[in-house]
Amino acid sequence: MKIVVCIKQVPDTNEIKIDPLKGTLMRDGVPSILNPDDANALEAALQLKEEYPGSTVSVVTMGPAQAKYALRECLAMGANDAYLLSSRAFGGADTCATSTTVAAGIKKIGDFDIIFAGRQAIDGDTAQVGPQVAQRLGLPIATYVQGIREIREKSVIIERMLEDGYEILDVQRPCVLTAVKELNKPRYMTVIGIEQAYQKEITVWDEVDLELDPADCGHNASPTKVFRSFTPPPKGAGEMLDGTVNEMAQSLVNKLFDTHVLQKGQ
Amino acid sequence: MPVVIELIGEAKRLAADIGCRVCAIICGHNIDQQANELIGYGVDEVFVADAPELKNYTTDAYTKVIFEAVQKYKPEIMLLGATHIGRDLGPSIAVKCNTGLTADCTKLDIDPTDKKLMQTRPAFGGNLMATIICEDHRPQMATVRPGIMQKAEYVKNAKGKKTELKVSFEEGELREKVLKIVKSVREAVSLTDANVVVSGGLGLGGPEGFELIKKLADRLGGVVGSSRAAVDAGWIAPSHQVGQTGTTVRPNLYIACGISGAIQHLAGMQDSKCIVAINKDESAAIFEVADYGIVGDLYKVIPAILNALDNVE
Ligand SMILES: Cc1cc2nc3c(=O)[nH]c(=O)nc-3n(C[C@H](O)[C@H](O)[C@H](O)COP(=O)(O)OP(=O)(O)OC[C@H]3O[C@@H](n4cnc5c(N)ncnc54)[C@H](O)[C@@H]3O)c2cc1C
Ligand SMILES: Cc1cc2nc3c(=O)[nH]c(=O)nc-3n(C[C@H](O)[C@H](O)[C@H](O)COP(=O)(O)OP(=O)(O)OC[C@H]3O[C@@H](n4cnc5c(N)ncnc54)[C@H](O)[C@@H]3O)c2cc1C
Repeated sequence: MKIVVCIKQVPDTNEIKIDPLKGTLMRDGVPSILNPDDANALEAALQLKEEYPGSTVSVVTMGPAQAKYALRECLAMGANDAYLLSSRAFGGADTCATSTTVAAGIKKIGDFDIIFAGRQAIDGDTAQVGPQVAQRLGLPIATYVQGIREIREKSVIIERMLEDGYEILDVQRPCVLTAVKELNKPRYMTVIGIEQAYQKEITVWDEVDLELDPADCGHNASPTKVFRSFTPPPKGAGEMLDGTVNEMAQSLVNKLFDTHVLQKGQ
Repeated sequence: MPVVIELIGEAKRLAADIGCRVCAIICGHNIDQQANELIGYGVDEVFVADAPELKNYTTDAYTKVIFEAVQKYKPEIMLLGATHIGRDLGPSIAVKCNTGLTADCTKLDIDPTDKKLMQTRPAFGGNLMATIICEDHRPQMATVRPGIMQKAEYVKNAKGKKTELKVSFEEGELREKVLKIVKSVREAVSLTDANVVVSGGLGLGGPEGFELIKKLADRLGGVVGSSRAAVDAGWIAPSHQVGQTGTTVRPNLYIACGISGAIQHLAGMQDSKCIVAINKDESAAIFEVADYGIVGDLYKVIPAILNALDNVE
């Protein structure tokens, strides 16, 4: 099997600071990490590779040169080869444009059976790139994959997480699957893996290599624009309720419904 | 279909600002009753796609049907619930329509100057809010976080139009097949996923206090949490512990009963959307993070809350 994993390098949002005046991110000194769901996506791919000898796992990301570190981390975990899609033309992309570039990269890698992505990146938080890559490649998709049950000749049987349970889906191959953290526990890099990762070449492609018109890339091809960004208003000081016990209880319940914390019929 | 009712409520507000109609599209099989219900919630026209292939959601089938309807009826704005299904379907339709999609919006507004949709959403794990616009492409598409928007009111005998959509699928066109749907039992809701957490601490005075806590949690469809002190006292199993050395929770509603608010406890719950504290000591630290505080004996306050909840219905 040939498996491709889409990954993204993201700032560690636990350590992120926002400039409260400008409402912009202060990226300086914030460590970059492999997007957590993508580690689950890669782990799933590596497990299939072990189960089906002769399989290969390729990792691909669109991003700046610095994103090579995340690709190397994937190589050190056991991926065979890595591709960086990088160009000024790709900058400022929304998910619509990101998926065009990532899909073009996957097409050029070619010959794939299963494509994995993470469900959601912890910075943009949209969970849109996986399904959009599938649509651009004309492939079926299963999102929120929490289990892979069986690889059949022409399809794969997976568990897709729902809010109140899960469903078992038969998805024809080739297909795109997006991983949630419940899917598995990602392995660590090994010392040998890290050494080998640094000996491998990372293939870098730009819009010319991908045969993309710059008008179809990045900011130019993004229907959505960030109009403004700001820090969420700080939580106001809380309110102490007063009156008799019954009055306080009634006023609490009213407030919870008025602010939609509780919904009628709940 | 709770999120749909919220979407209709929000759509009616937006439509009034733009001066356009509110329509809904429903896919499924034998869904006449649900279609009528949508009209009851105030949509002007409901498009009904009824076919056995649409009984369960699949990306291929729903994307095709809704994309065809969008091409035909050209909506200005299209809203979907940011549920597992909505966040699967929305991106697929957006690509087919060659338009943008804003994810998981918590606020929508119409720009008074040019009537475009201002879509506000959290990113970076809630550390940053962004207002997104989609100027040149239609429809303007957004998935909307459930539980935020005001629900539409149900009106009996409301009038609205019902339009059947023609649906047909070609051989091999649908590549995802639902084999089985497994619903989990309610008890299985884990602390991390719960919408409502009701926690008890040493202020309960004994293990039997958790019966009252459970009563309130059950009433709100939530789960029971606790402080470490209550766990250490042997009143409840360690799996219920919230805090630095327990579970971190971020529910819609967190109710702390008889918990003082030690920093290690706060670390596990202070990002909850709404925090209610019940404590007999008005200087307890828990009140500093609470949205609503009640000073009093929890054995009197909780029964009064249960009572007030019964009065709502
Ligand atoms: C504050 C803010 C808000 C935004 N809101 C929106 C919005 O509402 N709509 C919109 O269209 N865009 C939005 N964007 C732009 C969006 O973040 C970028 O397009 C980003 O490149 C991809 O989206 P994501 O980070 O949400 O990824 P997700 O869609 O959450 O990522 C899911 C998976 O797709 C794969 N993937 C994601 N990015 C890449 C990549 N570069 N290379 C390879 N694989 C990848 C990974 O497997 C990842 O786990 C926003 C950006 C910011 C800064
Ligand atoms: C390394 C470390 C890690 C820790 N990790 C955690 C953790 O993960 N989670 C955690 O919770 N704690 C943790 N702790 C313990 C923490 O410091 C506190 O000791 C603990 O949270 C106190 O629990 P409590 O609020 O239930 O008890 P108390 O602090 O004793 O508070 C009881 C409260 O109940 C009120 N009360 C009494 N009777 C009533 C009544 N009838 N009606 C209403 N109110 C009443 C009192 O006014 C008081 O405020 C940790 C401590 C350390 C050192």
